[in-house]
Amino acid sequence: MVKRDSIQSKIYKSLIWIIVLLMTLSCLLPLLNMIAISLSSSNEVSSNKVGLLPVDLTFTTYEKLFKDTQFWASFWISVCRVVLGTALNMFFVISMAYPLSKSKYRFPAREIYIKIVIFAMLFSGGIIPLFMVVSKLKMINTIWALVLPGAVPVFNVILLINFFKGVPDSLDEAARIDGASTLEILLKIYLPVSLPALATVGLFSIVNHWNDYFSGLLYMNKASLYPLQTYIQQLTVDITQVTDVEQLKQLATLSNRSFNATKIVVSTIPLLIIYPFLQKYFVSGIVIGAVKE
Amino acid sequence: MAKSGIRNGDKKERLTFHLMLLPGMIILFIFVFIPLVGSLMAFQDYVPAKGLFGSEWVGLENFKIIFSFPDSVQVFWNTLIIALGKLVMNIIVPVLFSILLNELGGKFFKRTFQTIVYLPHFLSWVVLATVVTNMFSLEGPINAFLGFFGIDAVQFLADNQWFRTVIIGTDVWKEFGYNSVIYLAALLAIDPGLYEAASIDGANRFKQIINITIPALLPTVVLMTALNLGNILNAGFDQVFNLYNPIVYETGDIIDTYVYRIGMVEGQYSIGAAVGLFKSVISFILILSANKIAKKTTGSSIF
Repeated sequence: MVKRDSIQSKIYKSLIWIIVLLMTLSCLLPLLNMIAISLSSSNEVSSNKVGLLPVDLTFTTYEKLFKDTQFWASFWISVCRVVLGTALNMFFVISMAYPLSKSKYRFPAREIYIKIVIFAMLFSGGIIPLFMVVSKLKMINTIWALVLPGAVPVFNVILLINFFKGVPDSLDEAARIDGASTLEILLKIYLPVSLPALATVGLFSIVNHWNDYFSGLLYMNKASLYPLQTYIQQLTVDITQVTDVEQLKQLATLSNRSFNATKIVVSTIPLLIIYPFLQKYFVSGIVIGAVKE
Repeated sequence: MAKSGIRNGDKKERLTFHLMLLPGMIILFIFVFIPLVGSLMAFQDYVPAKGLFGSEWVGLENFKIIFSFPDSVQVFWNTLIIALGKLVMNIIVPVLFSILLNELGGKFFKRTFQTIVYLPHFLSWVVLATVVTNMFSLEGPINAFLGFFGIDAVQFLADNQWFRTVIIGTDVWKEFGYNSVIYLAALLAIDPGLYEAASIDGANRFKQIINITIPALLPTVVLMTALNLGNILNAGFDQVFNLYNPIVYETGDIIDTYVYRIGMVEGQYSIGAAVGLFKSVISFILILSANKIAKKTTGSSIF
């Protein structure tokens, strides 16, 4: 009886291991394949011989990439927008979430503001009117077009409101009796205890700004002004113009797959650097987000 | 004494609060509320040179035009089918994965697996489109695998029979790890005593999953379904935009990509804005009802 049970449970356990392992590998192997392609010679890549390890190992595409001025110009634009965009996001998230986390007795206008914020979360005029506004403001071809339209991340504001609400009122009251100003209370009490939530919001901002290609495509008229993801998107855009299958096959053999793979791998490195921090915080971020307004 | 101190502080504090909210409100006004007014161009024959106030008002003409296009009806169905497929699969797969992962012993492996499966969520569709194109290409790994079983190679991304499946499948692939986080959190909340009692009663692991784990996850599943219903017209612009091509417009073109092409590429601003507005209104109704459903069934909601 005991023995049969243990055989059964062994089969059951190994089955689960196999499924979980396969699902995990499905996430990892395609990415490893990209790295291998970037390190293999073009000939081997176009004859599809590259699996998980580089074939005919070469660093030529990486050397070529070092001299690719447009790639690094775009890389730099992306870095600038991440810094500026994240700073703006954090400023707006904190400055809006703090007053809105107070009760309506302490801040009666809160009720109106919160309705405006939720309204802004639910409605959008769509890309066409937004484009008109950005172009009327003469922001086309400037970095402001990349960072200002999304400067208030409404969802993150709500996330931080919920976090601030969890900070005990007694801390706030004690400081007020000691004569601390509103800003001092925010900076010296609320922000230090909210570091995990702020890290979550900040890291999400970094990832969003780094990954966004669409505002670059929409608001930049010159390829030289593209942020990195837009630049990469344009490399692959050929595929979306194809009208028949023959063309698609030709493109697949013609395009320099190992060079494109190199660009993709290098563009992902900054994300991999912050990934350990991301992983540390985003789980708690999701849980905070689940505590509803 | 202390109380009056706080009272006196109140006025000053409220003023500070208003000032703190002001910059954010200005941004929202410019980039959300003005474009909303601008979307009235859906009821105009908008000409950029004349502006919103100078262009001619045409009532519902643009909407009539849209619904007379066979394209736009197809686009609406494509959106609905793809989004619905994603909605269902993005619940089933993460729930399964979190249950299975939870069954594994050994913290080290669990953590390693989690680290790997969360990763694709943080990569952009621009990057992943290249990865996906590579995997699904005619001579790529997936066709090689199928060839192993004697199945003819399929041009997945240029085949109307397959395109939606690939879109739904790769989205689930990208997000299942990330989506499983919330279910893993719910699993942690289950009282271990329940499992102990069940195994004393002779229930094996499988029976325990059916009778304890799944019922414990059900409220979260209902909540996530309700909340995701509001997204039913968001079939994933970034993904489709980076993977589709004219061959698969028939099955893969969705509302957002259609608006972009009609409005931004072809310059038919009013038609594009009308499609966008139509989508916004339906989404709004869906979000409100989804929120109501969530509140009724589980007691929590987004707002």
